Parts: sequence; structure tokens; C-alpha cells
Amino acid sequence: MSADAIIEAKSVTKTFGGPAEPVVALDHVSAAILRNEFFTLLGPSGCGKTTLLRLIAGFEMPDSGEIRLDGEEIGHLPPNKRPVNTVFQSYALFPHMTVRENIGFGLLMQGRAQTEIREIVDRMLELVRMVEMAERKTDQISGGQQQRVALARALAPQPKVLLLDEPLSALDYKLRKEMQIELKRLQHETGITFVFVTHDQEEALTMSDRIAVMSNGKINQIGSPREIYTHPVNRFVADFIGETNFIEAQLEKGVARLAGGARVAIETGHADGAVTLAVRPEHVRIATQGAQGAIPATVADSVYFGTDSHVYLALDDGTEVVARLGTDASGHSGPEAGDKVFVDFAPGSVQVLEA
Amino acid sequence: MAERGFSVSRLPGFSTVAVMVFVALYLPIAMLVVFSFNSGTSVAIWEGVSLRWYVSAWANEQVKEATFRSLIIASAASIVATTVATMAALGTTRRKAFKGQTLIYVMINQPLMVPEIVTAVALLIFFATIKVATGYQGLGYLIAAHSAFCIPFAYLPIRARLEGMDYTLETAAADLYATPWQTFRRVTLPLLMPGVIAGMMLSFVTSLDDVVITLFVKSAGQDTLPTYMLAQIRRSVTSEVNAISTVLLGLTVVMLTVFFLLTRKKD
Repeated sequence: MSADAIIEAKSVTKTFGGPAEPVVALDHVSAAILRNEFFTLLGPSGCGKTTLLRLIAGFEMPDSGEIRLDGEEIGHLPPNKRPVNTVFQSYALFPHMTVRENIGFGLLMQGRAQTEIREIVDRMLELVRMVEMAERKTDQISGGQQQRVALARALAPQPKVLLLDEPLSALDYKLRKEMQIELKRLQHETGITFVFVTHDQEEALTMSDRIAVMSNGKINQIGSPREIYTHPVNRFVADFIGETNFIEAQLEKGVARLAGGARVAIETGHADGAVTLAVRPEHVRIATQGAQGAIPATVADSVYFGTDSHVYLALDDGTEVVARLGTDASGHSGPEAGDKVFVDFAPGSVQVLEA
Repeated sequence: MAERGFSVSRLPGFSTVAVMVFVALYLPIAMLVVFSFNSGTSVAIWEGVSLRWYVSAWANEQVKEATFRSLIIASAASIVATTVATMAALGTTRRKAFKGQTLIYVMINQPLMVPEIVTAVALLIFFATIKVATGYQGLGYLIAAHSAFCIPFAYLPIRARLEGMDYTLETAAADLYATPWQTFRRVTLPLLMPGVIAGMMLSFVTSLDDVVITLFVKSAGQDTLPTYMLAQIRRSVTSEVNAISTVLLGLTVVMLTVFFLLTRKKD
């Protein structure tokens, strides 16, 4: 693993429930989170992403495997002995304390001097733009403000890693967009490694340096948003991140042949046999009849979205494919339901997955 | 009416029953209070307003002694019971469900279910053995007995409060470098306080008016206020007992009011 990793999980396994009915939350998960990166654990609920976060925080202990922080095994330390802090989904602000006392709590527990605590809390209040609210109780501020206090509280002790457990899920759409930008800014300004848990793929794509896509207690793929979007390693990742068309095909001597007989150009290096082709809707194009790689299709429906139209197509072999076609200035939205058309795929856009 | 659903308050005779219940509850108490201000010696014939029974009770050394003893026992018992109950409540809510948890609940709440007279007799025999063995005759037996039967009264409100508390807060404290003790001291306990105060007041009042167990357990000359009053009434009914009862009632009302104001502010 990389020497620049701040957190390394090595073959971590965690099960819940009794020995009679064990539920495997994490199944031999290994991952390296790099210093100063914005790392996202992405997956549907129950995939194990929150469990992995809680294992790093120390709220759960692994059944087996190692968790290293800066090279040091921390898997079995209690949470108060780990230099990582958490922003909770419910914020978990202390209701009997003011905003200032909340932010200073970690520092106070670390045994820092009063003057130092005051100084750091003042800086944090400025960082999250909550200076005027310092003496309020936490139930006297809005949800977005509570979110910022939770962030400041977790950042104040300057942890080596900040863990964020779906912190934006309780906010409305507009506030969520603002906080996404705010989080990126905070991460840049503090230089702290952020580990962010979400089920929202759009959030993950826009905010992360790298994403780990998880399902069923396993990490499917780790990579930059671009890598994960353009080169998903399997059907789950391709399906979970954005929209994807899946087309069954047979590989013969490096050429993919669809059930209807059409040939599709693919990258080289894949073994022959049954495969699934993955094509993003925005890479499906209307082709001219007779052009190389043109596949006959029938338009089942077309929905106008302003910036583009979603055209639902049935290929000649019956496979359903969605195309996103750009609209032009005249508002012309392309083919209509019932039209017979030809389609092809943008060069380099077809991913070959296991069938 | 149909769309507002069923409501007890619209049943025929509801207000009549309600009035009767309140009369049954409060008329005897009202009469007790009224006759504590009677200037005559009768507890049934009104002769005029006077504070003579309060003065007489105040001057009565035995009343003072019994009151003092009651307050000592109630204070000690409620502190012990609340401490034990808080630990029991933490032990039964702040962890994963374990085998035999229901049995533990039942055992903690045993004094609510076992007939008091049975406990009283059991304690009498048990303490008699200890008395013979050690020779100790002090208030310790009463305090121990009261502490024991006060535990469920303290346990129930504390547990209810704990169950309503978000465990994430304690997780957050641990995440922010608080040791388990600091977490309890700075997060759990302050938030639990209304429950603790409620538990303490309930057990204080329960201890203060206990008769059965006290009668069986007390040594000679260890009358508490209720057992003293009982003894007085057996001899002759005087309005002095009314006066003492009224003061006890006043104390309870004040405690309840304080508790209500405290908890309302905290929430």
C-alpha cells in the first residue's frame, strides 16, 4: 500500500448479530486513504459504508483485520484515544451546551488551557461563519447552522482524519448544494483528510478526490470520480453511478456482436465469450443508415428535458436502450415515438463487463 | 363527530363520573386541611379558626424528633436509592440487549410487586438475626430497608429518561476525547438530571410516608412521623395529626411544583 496512506484498512471483517444469524457488514475489506484527500465511501444502504466509518472512529471493533492510522494499529483503541473526529448524521450536538461550549468540548477533554480553547473556538466560529451565534443554545439555531457547528466541533481538535457520516442528508436541496461547496472549502483550508459517507452518487462525484464504491460489505472499486464513471469495473458500479445501458453481447476475436447481429467496436484486450456492454445514455447517438456500426432501433418514447431529450429505444433484438440527445436552439427534440432510426455509440464509450 | 373519532369525554355521564372521582380524591384531604385549623378539640365539629394545633405540634418534642428521624431516613434512602437506580438504569439501557434482561427488570422492580407486608416480615426476621449478631440498634436498618423499596420508584423515571436520550450524544462525547467517566459526568448526567431529580423526589416521598415496613423494622424509640401519627390516632384522635398531615401535604406540593418547574426549564 502507498506510503502516503493515512488510513489503511487491511482485510477488515465485521459481523453483527449472534452466531446463529450473523450479518456480515464488512467482508475482508482493504483500502488505503491518502493524506489530505477527500475520500468518499459510496453505496446503497446496508453496503457497509457506515460500518467502515464507525470502525475507523472506534465505535465498533473489527472481528478481524487491521486498521492503521499513520502506520499505527488503532483497530482496538476506544474512540477517545483516536485522533479522528466525526460529524454525525444527526449532528449530535450537546443540547445543554452553547455553540461555543459544543465547539470547545473536544479541546476541553484534551486538557487544553482555557485561553487556548477560547482562541481556537473563535477561529472555528469564524471558519464556519457562526461568530454571532456563539452564545446560543443549539436548539436556537437552524439545521444548516447546527450542521456548521457540528463541523466546527469536529475540526476544532485538529484531528488527523475527519469522518463525515451522511452529514448533508437532513438538509434541503439548496442548503445541501451550499454545504457541498462549504465542505470542499473547509477541506482545502484545514488540509485535513476527509472521509465522507454517502449514498448520493452525484454528491460523491462532485466532491471527492477518490471514491470507494461499496456493496454487500465489499469494496467494488476505488478510483477518481472520472475513473469510476468512465471505467466501472462491474455491472453494480456502472449501474449505481449514473445511468447506464446494459447490452448483452458475444465477443469473437475482439469484436462484440449483439444478438441482432450488429457489431460494436470495443477496446482490445478482452477474452472471447459472453459479455455485457455498458454504454452511458449520453454516448448513444443517432447514426445514418448504412454507416459502420449503425444499429437499427425503434423509438418507444421520447421525453423532453430542456437541455436534452431522453429517447427510449428498442434495438432490433429487443434490448432497451436510453439515449440522451442534445436539443438545439429551435427546441427540436429529435426522433419521436414510433420512428425507425439507427444508433451507434461514441468511440471509446463502450465498457466491457463480465456477463 | 364521526370523523373526530371516539372520545371518552362524549360518553353519557362522563362529567358526573369525573366530578365524583375528584370529590372522592380531594374532599377528604380538603376536610383534613380545614379541620387542622379548628379551634376546638373535635375532628368532626367545627368551632372556629385557630392555629393552636400547629402550635401544639410544633411544641411537641416527640413530633419534632419523629419529623427529624423521618427526614434523615428519607434523605439517606432517596440518595442511596437514586444512586443505585441510576447505575441500574445505565446498566440496563446503555448496552446491547442481553439474555435475562427481563428478569433483571423484574428483580429491580420487585418491591412494587411483592406485598409490602411480606417484605416487612422478611426484613424483621433478617434484621433480627443481624441485631443479635452485631448488637447494632441504630437507624441503619430503617435506612437500608427504605433504600431497598425506594429503588424502583427512582429507577422507573430515570430509565424512562435514559431511553428517551439519544445515545449518539454519548458516542459523540467519546469521539471528542472524553473518557467514559467524563462522558457520564458532562453529557449523560446533565441530560439525565430531570429523571434523577424526579426519581429522588419520588423515593423521598415514598420513604417519608411508609408505615408498614417501618413498623416492622424499627427498634424501640425509632418512631418516624407516620408511625408516630398512627400511634397517636390509636390513643385519641386529635387535630394535631391533621396539622402535621397538612404540613406534609404542603411539603409534597412544594416539591412537586419545584420539580415541575425544573423539568420544564430543562427540556
